[in-house]
Amino acid sequence: MASSRRLSQRQVAPWLFLAPALVMFTIYVLWPIAYSVTLSFYDWNGLYDRDGQFTGRFVGLGNYRELAGDPAFTVSLWNNLKWLVLYMLALPIGLFLAIFLNQTVTGIRLYKSLFFFPFVISQVVVGLMFSWFYAPNFGLFYSLVEWITGRGVAVLADPNLVTYGIIAAGLWPQIAYVLILYLTGLNNVAPDQVEAARLDGAKGWRMLWHVILPQLRPATFIAVIVTVIGALRSFDLVSIMTSGGPFGSSRVLSYYMYEMALGEYGFRMGYGAAIAVVLFAIMMVFISGFIWRMWRQETER
Amino acid sequence: MFPRPIQQAPAPARWLYAVALPVALLLWLFPLLGVALTSLRPASDLAQGNYFGMPSAIAWSNYVEIFRQSPIARYMLNSLWVTVPTVIGSIALSLMAGFALAVYRFPSNLIVFFLFVAGNFVPFQILMVPVRDMTLQLGMYDTWYGLALFHIAFQTGFCTLFMRNFIRALPFELIEAARVEGVAEWRIFWFIVLPLMRPAIAALSVLVFTFIWNDFFWATVLTQGPDTQPITAGLSALNGQWIAQWHLVSAGSILAALPPVLMFFLMQRHFIAGLTLGAVK
Repeated sequence: MASSRRLSQRQVAPWLFLAPALVMFTIYVLWPIAYSVTLSFYDWNGLYDRDGQFTGRFVGLGNYRELAGDPAFTVSLWNNLKWLVLYMLALPIGLFLAIFLNQTVTGIRLYKSLFFFPFVISQVVVGLMFSWFYAPNFGLFYSLVEWITGRGVAVLADPNLVTYGIIAAGLWPQIAYVLILYLTGLNNVAPDQVEAARLDGAKGWRMLWHVILPQLRPATFIAVIVTVIGALRSFDLVSIMTSGGPFGSSRVLSYYMYEMALGEYGFRMGYGAAIAVVLFAIMMVFISGFIWRMWRQETER
Repeated sequence: MFPRPIQQAPAPARWLYAVALPVALLLWLFPLLGVALTSLRPASDLAQGNYFGMPSAIAWSNYVEIFRQSPIARYMLNSLWVTVPTVIGSIALSLMAGFALAVYRFPSNLIVFFLFVAGNFVPFQILMVPVRDMTLQLGMYDTWYGLALFHIAFQTGFCTLFMRNFIRALPFELIEAARVEGVAEWRIFWFIVLPLMRPAIAALSVLVFTFIWNDFFWATVLTQGPDTQPITAGLSALNGQWIAQWHLVSAGSILAALPPVLMFFLMQRHFIAGLTLGAVK
């Protein structure tokens, strides 16, 4: 009798422990995803009529068809691609810095934490710092280019350069993140394998490529994931540094979506939702690989 | 160890390293140093075009001025009001959820776990319209709790992943032994598992604190105006008002960056333990 009560307690307990988190997560994450997907088939200005009824109009694939012919969407998509590709530079640079800092001289701990600094700072602040850095006429970058070439470049006002300027700002904290991942990884490289390889005459690049990098694979894996997410989430910097300009040339999907749904162009919730669905789909392509790998690890155990 | 310890290198290489280290750091932190210096420059310096030279005086007054001229103190308090409840809430929820997923075997265990994991990675924009609409409907738009509730829910995903893996690494015999003794499940959670969770709680507290303090997107979507806006959104608004007043923008930036930076320096070990979760196997 008592033991059966204990057993049923053990069946109910996990759900009681899970309930608060699951309820919150369903309300604020799972349900909104489904709702956004539904909304992307509607034309809706975000309002309800006097009786509290939803005022949206079903348009089927209309929003998506419009997206296909929308030049601003194409620009955003291209810029997202630039972000993705160039953000990957954070990996080699972070690795290089980690190797540079993986020493045991005095004060190295302080150096490591100061190198990590940019990651702790809000992207809003990072954006302001780089705006100041690029500012025409007196910004350090502007002055430097002016000094070298005789003519300054106003990065954030040039449609051809602006996205690269923002990506450079984003790389700063991202490199810091990757750096810390690799430093932790390097700390856990098996010393006996390194010594054995040294006895075999391996050093420098060969050592790095054949002995060290294979052991850094978990770190590389996480670094790729956080870098992809970082690249696709790029909203703050675009918003702070340029608001998508000049002439919409620095828009990315996340920012364009916000502009369409809440910006000065009016409340096009359905259209915004369609942009969000595209962004979500792109993210899922990358993330499903990650989930798949984790899933395999879990089920093997 | 890789690379080979510099102590084993010939003297010139050691010297080179000793020089390269501070130089690299200086270059790396250049944007930060520039802004820090600008924040201490008197406005007259900027007017005269003295942007890079030595400041003619150290103007702490810039910091006094932003407090006087703008609601920056209010913004900072608002941030704190959102951040602290979020830290507490998401850690409480994820402790329980992580416990459930780590300790019990039930058919949908892994599915629930991966729901939390996957939820972490979705772009914010796919949540934006429904979350904003719901917050408006519930009358929680432009309130600290409207913002905090969303943050709690979203952060719970990441925190649950962390907690679950942490509890899994604890010796399971402790729980087995307690069950044999007939200890109730909630007592096992409270008296056996919870006291062992201190490092995980510390790590997640600093991480979540930093994430939420630095959040800008949800602050713009769910709040407006100085009464509730956190510092990130506030700073962005002030930046619009203080056109070309870089000494004020800089001082505001430094101030906004300060709390997470302090948090990081005080709890560095925990912070890094949290971030590098999974980077070593």
